Amino acid sequence: MTIAGWLVMVLSVGSVTLLFSWCIYKVITTPGETERMHGFEQELPDEKK
Amino acid sequence: MEPAKTKKDSWNSQVGVILAVSGSAVGLGNFLRFPGQVAEFGGGAFMIAYFLSFLLIGLPICWAEWSLGRMGSKVGFNASPNILGAITNKPAFKYLGVIAVVIPISIYMYYVVIEAWCLAYAVNYLAGNMQFSETSEASGFFGSLIGVSENGSALKWDIKHVGFYVLIVFGINFIFIYRGLSRGIELFCQYAMPTLVIIAVVILVRVLTLGTPDEDYPNRNIINGLGFMWNPSKIVLQVQETPDSNWMDKEEILPTQLTPEMRSAIEANPDQRLEKRSMWSQLLNPDLWLAAASQIFFSLSVGFGIIVTYASYMKKDDDIVLSGLSAASANEFCEVALGGLISIPAAVAFFGVSGLAAIGLGTFDIGFNVLPLVFARMPFGMLFGFLFFFLLFLAAVTSSLSMLQPGVAYLEESMGLNRRQSVTILGAFTASGAGFVLYFSEGLKALDTIDYWVTNLLMVLLSLLQIIIFAWVIGIKKGFEEAHQGAAIRIPRVFGFVMKYVTPTLLIIIFGSWLLKALGVGIGGSAGSINNYIRDLFVEPNTVAWMSVGLILLVVLFIGMIIPSSKKMTKTNNQEEVSS
Repeated sequence: MTIAGWLVMVLSVGSVTLLFSWCIYKVITTPGETERMHGFEQELPDEKK
Repeated sequence: MEPAKTKKDSWNSQVGVILAVSGSAVGLGNFLRFPGQVAEFGGGAFMIAYFLSFLLIGLPICWAEWSLGRMGSKVGFNASPNILGAITNKPAFKYLGVIAVVIPISIYMYYVVIEAWCLAYAVNYLAGNMQFSETSEASGFFGSLIGVSENGSALKWDIKHVGFYVLIVFGINFIFIYRGLSRGIELFCQYAMPTLVIIAVVILVRVLTLGTPDEDYPNRNIINGLGFMWNPSKIVLQVQETPDSNWMDKEEILPTQLTPEMRSAIEANPDQRLEKRSMWSQLLNPDLWLAAASQIFFSLSVGFGIIVTYASYMKKDDDIVLSGLSAASANEFCEVALGGLISIPAAVAFFGVSGLAAIGLGTFDIGFNVLPLVFARMPFGMLFGFLFFFLLFLAAVTSSLSMLQPGVAYLEESMGLNRRQSVTILGAFTASGAGFVLYFSEGLKALDTIDYWVTNLLMVLLSLLQIIIFAWVIGIKKGFEEAHQGAAIRIPRVFGFVMKYVTPTLLIIIFGSWLLKALGVGIGGSAGSINNYIRDLFVEPNTVAWMSVGLILLVVLFIGMIIPSSKKMTKTNNQEEVSS
């Protein structure tokens, strides 16, 4: 593995890990954020009928 | 004691929300598609194109889709065609928005078949059928399971053929979406997603500590495996069958493998030569950029037509900026930090670069041929194999369920149906499509053709349409105001410029390059030749390829035909009857 290869790997893995960690930190430290975050898992209005 | 309990519950719910938001988007593309793409398109060079695509295409479209979707909630619609028509007040966008329903339905038809492969592998691990010692055993099992040799050969009802599993998978998907079990999916994401990550981390640790598995082959080691995956420049051995024929790539040679003796032997052979490819020369290859952008679409689920529908269910003070970024970052983490370090490096450590080339670097080769061979050489490999493929199957279920919701919402709004009626119609339609993909399994022609036209043509067109609507029709200022409502973070201002000029330009370039390449026009200094998918349709017509394209057109017709009858659409958010 070349030095450039190590560099690309460390930068790639490091940057995505840092970004994901920052998102977790932001959610945990922002009051009330739990209630305002959603993805594809949310309960849909037409499921209640 | 009470405050401590409250704090613990609160932390659990915060982490649970992140996992739920992320888990529903993590799927097969992260663990199966990504490693093959990186290795095939030059490792480090691919990663540069990949990260630029993430920043300049993926994230901007992701935020645009979330914002457009929530604007849809304010006008009372959940289906993309109706949302895009209503928020722009231009009927043309309603018609073009049909693509956003066609894409997830078309992908669903083959995605459930791949889901069934994962389930089949998990079951066969439990049954002890996966102890492979040779590459041919692994590829033979996979080929027989999916029926790659002959159409209809996968339709045998035993545990070693996929027909049986497709029925189960389709049934599970149908029941989940028919009964509306989103809360169940949330719970599943909270537990299964961390389990999948933990399993992946355990496998990763095992892979990174493999060292040199066979002392007789010192070049087959994990460092060389990582080098194959991540080195930005490459040395490729090329061969020439006859003096007049073109030079073809045979295999990549790692710098540590290239001894003076090996170099002399290659130079002495007139049919062989070494070609050094720098990172920059690889970055001039338009195919690499197309592949990187396509992978980003798959990773972030953008350009699928799914996010707009789910965002339309969000309230005005919900945080769409951090929701979108969290889901995107979780996908990137699973893909790059886990998927990118496991299968390819392990395969090189066990089989060497030439062995890996023999197995193949295709999307399915890595996951279904290479990984079982890796598990077979690990302690408790059968257990890890079962857990890995079963959790991958579960992760795929959450993704496939989300693919049906845009269609369900569209049928509800456009035909005034309730959820169960919509699901039944869509279920019958997609079951026929999945059956078609399952039956025409020879060479995976049907699956491959549908995937090619949907991902390369429709997804890029939809992304372009959405970013133009967000940046040029709605306007960056109004779009950002919508995005920032209830958001804990703000979209950096530079993204205003990126979304208005850079993203649309890049998408047009990507689409143009794809079109030229598909038609056989040489670009970037490469010789042009008509690609196989165009060849299958017009040069040497292939019946299955034509039927596969016909299936996509049938979906377009089915969805498109409903639009004229939608003069009175049902607003599913508040159930008002309104004129369109």
